[in-house]
Amino acid sequence: MATDPRSAPPDLGISRRSLLKGTAASGASAFGAFQAGAQEAEAVPAGGPEVEVEITINGRPERFTLDARTTLLDLLRERLDLTGTKVGCNHGQCGACTVLVDGTRINSCLRLAATLDGAEVTTIEGLAEAGEMHPMQQAFIDNDGFQCGYCTPGQIMSAVGCVTEGHAGSEAEIREYMSGNLCRCGAYKGIVAAVVQARDETEARGAS
Amino acid sequence: MRPFSFQKPGSVEEAVAVVEPMGVAGQGGAFHAGGTTVIDLMKLHVLQPPSLTDLGGVLERGIEEGEDGTLRVGAGTTMAEAAEHPAFLRAPVLSEALWKAASAQLRNVATLGGNLLQRTRCPYFRDNVSACNKREPGSGCAAKDGINRLLAVLGTSESCIANYPGDWANALILFDAVLETRSGGGGREIAFGDLHVPPGEDPARETILGDDELITAIRLSVPEWASRSVYTKVRDRDSYAFALTSAAVALDLDGDTVREARLAIGGAATVPWRAREVEDWLAGRELTEDVAVEAGRRAFAGARGWGENDFKIPLGRDTVARGLMEAKAMTPRNSGDSQ
Repeated sequence: MATDPRSAPPDLGISRRSLLKGTAASGASAFGAFQAGAQEAEAVPAGGPEVEVEITINGRPERFTLDARTTLLDLLRERLDLTGTKVGCNHGQCGACTVLVDGTRINSCLRLAATLDGAEVTTIEGLAEAGEMHPMQQAFIDNDGFQCGYCTPGQIMSAVGCVTEGHAGSEAEIREYMSGNLCRCGAYKGIVAAVVQARDETEARGAS
Repeated sequence: MRPFSFQKPGSVEEAVAVVEPMGVAGQGGAFHAGGTTVIDLMKLHVLQPPSLTDLGGVLERGIEEGEDGTLRVGAGTTMAEAAEHPAFLRAPVLSEALWKAASAQLRNVATLGGNLLQRTRCPYFRDNVSACNKREPGSGCAAKDGINRLLAVLGTSESCIANYPGDWANALILFDAVLETRSGGGGREIAFGDLHVPPGEDPARETILGDDELITAIRLSVPEWASRSVYTKVRDRDSYAFALTSAAVALDLDGDTVREARLAIGGAATVPWRAREVEDWLAGRELTEDVAVEAGRRAFAGARGWGENDFKIPLGRDTVARGLMEAKAMTPRNSGDSQ
């Protein structure tokens, strides 16, 4: 019987995620200026003073006791396994970690979770409603708004913020107000087209 | 980041009472507002405060408009909020210097009080290893003979050539701003032009603020004619980059003749840099392209290049000239007095 290529891969006792964790250290040096950031993301040594916060993440309120150093990015990825939000530069320069806090786009790598008591966070995992993709997600697919995909969750969350803020009026304005999200593959043309499409759909839905 | 304790005071009074003063060597506690500079530098270990005093929810937020163009700006107002406020849009230099800075994500959290105090991007300050009198007094300045393309040509000293990286301060300094501050010892007012201290022999001391002193509000006076104002920013890429050179310009014109000019230079100086001598020279002159070019020359008359950043002197001259001509070409909101 032929193996269905869509079926789950055999269990080798190692997940894609743990494999990535194992290779991260050797890959980090290739990032040059980003090296410090890449290492820092894995290194939150134990023993610092703790804080307690209640944060609603993708509609689910939860209490956390955290080392005060924990950034929102650390909390999402290391504690909640919400790994859709990416670590890029880890210094607020690339936008890969963009999420919405109380509806506003921010860099989660520079935001201490300790400051978010009572806040509502939306990540890429929380964008779809009732199993249906958000118009911005669909628009990125329709317009080929990515190549490798690493910056894409940040691009999409930032784009949602860009439209909400009313800064998607023209292609030039979209380029200006999306400049905090870098794409090393250079998929900017598709990204701008995606934002235009999602903006028009959002406006049409709002008007109907 | 090194471990730190996180303090969440309920008011400004409580915040200044509980903060452990940072001190020039950065070994004390620190205030934390938007955090976009402080957390960045803590991740680099350039700052290692044992405690952070969070100002979220306690700083005044918003802009109040008073009589005669006076504005009172809460220090906790975000860059994004301020950039779109009608009062700032009426004097475009105030808005433009904000939306041309950083990224949308950073502007959504960075506060105006913190923005004024953002630290230099000098790579030797940030690398936490090289000689840097600002980070480690007495260790020297690796930048003078190093990679200094982005650093200052105005206001430098043998001790430090780090540039002030901000944009909005250069717009604010045009409008005789006053800072309201609070410390354990009470409140006071500081003329904004006095806030930043050129490096001299002690570059670790960047402002006249006390260790436990907090900017709580910014007052400024914006004349009607400042609707003719621009922030001309020249950078390596079109968006999301620090200024190589910039010019903040506001012009009061009578026809083509300058009644009053206000000019500040960014990207190229160690502190927000108002060019008052050039303003005085411009007053009463017909603003032609030749006059604008001469104004640029005068603005950089005292400049000194350090090798890689020599180009900032001619570029800065041109930036000033371009800023003046761009402002001249504008149609002010109330154009009744200037055709």
